[in-house]
Amino acid sequence: MGLRDGRPLIRRALIVVALAALVLSPLAARGFANQYLLSLATTATIFALAAVSLQLIVGQAGLVSFGHAAFLGIGAYAPLILGAAGLDDALVSLPVAMLAAGGFALATGVVALRTRGVTFIMITLAFAQMAYFVAGALAAFGGDDGAPLDRPLLMRTGVLPNHIAFHAIAVALLVGAVLLLRGLAAAPFGRALAAARQSEARAIGCGIDVTRARLIAYTIAGAVGGLAGWLLGVHSEFVSPAFMDWRNSGELLVMVILGGAATPEGAALGAVGFILIEEVSSGITEHWRLIVGPAIVLFVLLRRRRIFA
Amino acid sequence: MSGALLLVEALNGLQLGVLLFLIAAGLTLVFGVLDLVNLAHGTQYMLGAYLAVTFAAWTGSFALGLVLATVGALAIGAVLERLVLGRLLARSHLDQVLATYGLILLLEEGAKTIWGAAPLSLPVPALLSGTVSLTAELTYPVYRLFLLGAGLAVAVLLWALIEHTRSGVRLRAGASDATMLDALGVNTRLLFAWVLAFGAMLAGFAGAMAAPLVSVEPSMGGSVLILAFVVIVLGGTGSVRGAFIGALLVGLTDTFGRFVLAELLRAGLGSSASRQAGPALSSMLIYLLMAGVLAFRPQGLLPASGRT
Repeated sequence: MGLRDGRPLIRRALIVVALAALVLSPLAARGFANQYLLSLATTATIFALAAVSLQLIVGQAGLVSFGHAAFLGIGAYAPLILGAAGLDDALVSLPVAMLAAGGFALATGVVALRTRGVTFIMITLAFAQMAYFVAGALAAFGGDDGAPLDRPLLMRTGVLPNHIAFHAIAVALLVGAVLLLRGLAAAPFGRALAAARQSEARAIGCGIDVTRARLIAYTIAGAVGGLAGWLLGVHSEFVSPAFMDWRNSGELLVMVILGGAATPEGAALGAVGFILIEEVSSGITEHWRLIVGPAIVLFVLLRRRRIFA
Repeated sequence: MSGALLLVEALNGLQLGVLLFLIAAGLTLVFGVLDLVNLAHGTQYMLGAYLAVTFAAWTGSFALGLVLATVGALAIGAVLERLVLGRLLARSHLDQVLATYGLILLLEEGAKTIWGAAPLSLPVPALLSGTVSLTAELTYPVYRLFLLGAGLAVAVLLWALIEHTRSGVRLRAGASDATMLDALGVNTRLLFAWVLAFGAMLAGFAGAMAAPLVSVEPSMGGSVLILAFVVIVLGGTGSVRGAFIGALLVGLTDTFGRFVLAELLRAGLGSSASRQAGPALSSMLIYLLMAGVLAFRPQGLLPASGRT
């Protein structure tokens, strides 16, 4: 995962186009008189944010985490649970969502990071399953079926129920997250992660506390994942344990790898691309997985020189 | 809590464990020896069940259906190995995750297209239906005993293969140090291809055996796959012995755990609250078990030799 070059011009062009599409989608929705376009664009933005958070673990720390959907689910449940307690302002539920998800990441990361390779993949999966079952046990919040969620007020204003404003906030958060991760990657923290990714033994030999760096990365990724989950729950106006299903973790991984795990903007692009592919192909046939599945397999088998390294 | 009830739970736990072992045995070798993350292994189990349903219906015989399904699973495993999995051996884990995820999409949707999304069932064969008396007051389904017996027989067979044949020796060597094995002139490529196909066959066999007991539908591989992961991590990747112990542990913990937890909750909280919290909490038990074991012994309970 070393080279970030490949074909920088195409990559940058695609990123600019995707960003422009996301930013301009409210206008497109109004122009085509199709509000669904805006909703789709917001969904794509939210998943791009989720993919960016996963990229910190997969691309920068070099760990394959199969439990990322748990962080999204925790972030989504926060406003639901807080709402039942009467605390339904976004100013409260959003930070709590990030704290809860980050806390879960910290607690499970301490155990998970004692393992390596395939075992790490599976233990992250197992922790996500635990969260999934706990969510399903919350009978007060719909249990297995989940529960609807009203769009919260932000500081008593109706900003969030406004779909265009919500979309703008989501895009801003996405851009912010990408910039944050790029900054982290360039900082000593990111360099330590990169060193550990390339050769753990050598990094330790240089005096880098690899486990601590990875744990910090894992926690931050969890918190940002919680943010994405909060957005997802509010946008869907619905929260359910299915958010944490392991298949969603798999899809998030696919998004990150598709766009290139080397950079956060690549991961974001992969997410947008994946959502688009899913949307377009499911419109063509209900058996779209029969096409997308082999396409993914071929994509992996055939690529030698990857555009997004 | 009567002794008879405990015996039934223990038998159920062992039966689940044996089923999980069949699925996990192939997978642990794939993870441990080949270092291949094969997410599509659960679909092999699912396809084995579907093949059993179909062949049993065609031939009118459960036994024939079972045999044909197992052969079919071996064939599918071999084809997947040739086309996809064999080429993934040299790739990074990320690539393997992505490719096998694509395989899951293809195979599950393929099953849905061929057999429909509605769950299918396979009737228990007449010879094995009914119950048998274990004690004066206790009866237990014959088929479940058959499953238990067949699974244990396969476990013994595997043990004999791994411990007492040339190929078994090479396999164990590969689990310890695959590069060295290659350097010593063993055709690791062929060995690994066989491991993949054989593991797929075991999973398909497990699916065929389980078909009369569960509802056969396209996503049945998913839940079983995760349990298999837990088994492998518990036992230690690459270790079939570990997979056996891990599988029995998981099977017993899951069944006994649910039972004991349900009793405790009922006693403590009353029946309606326990009915809500019970299933979810007991589902968590095996993950707590896994996390607990890994916290103290990250390499698993019985890691393949040379890996501790």
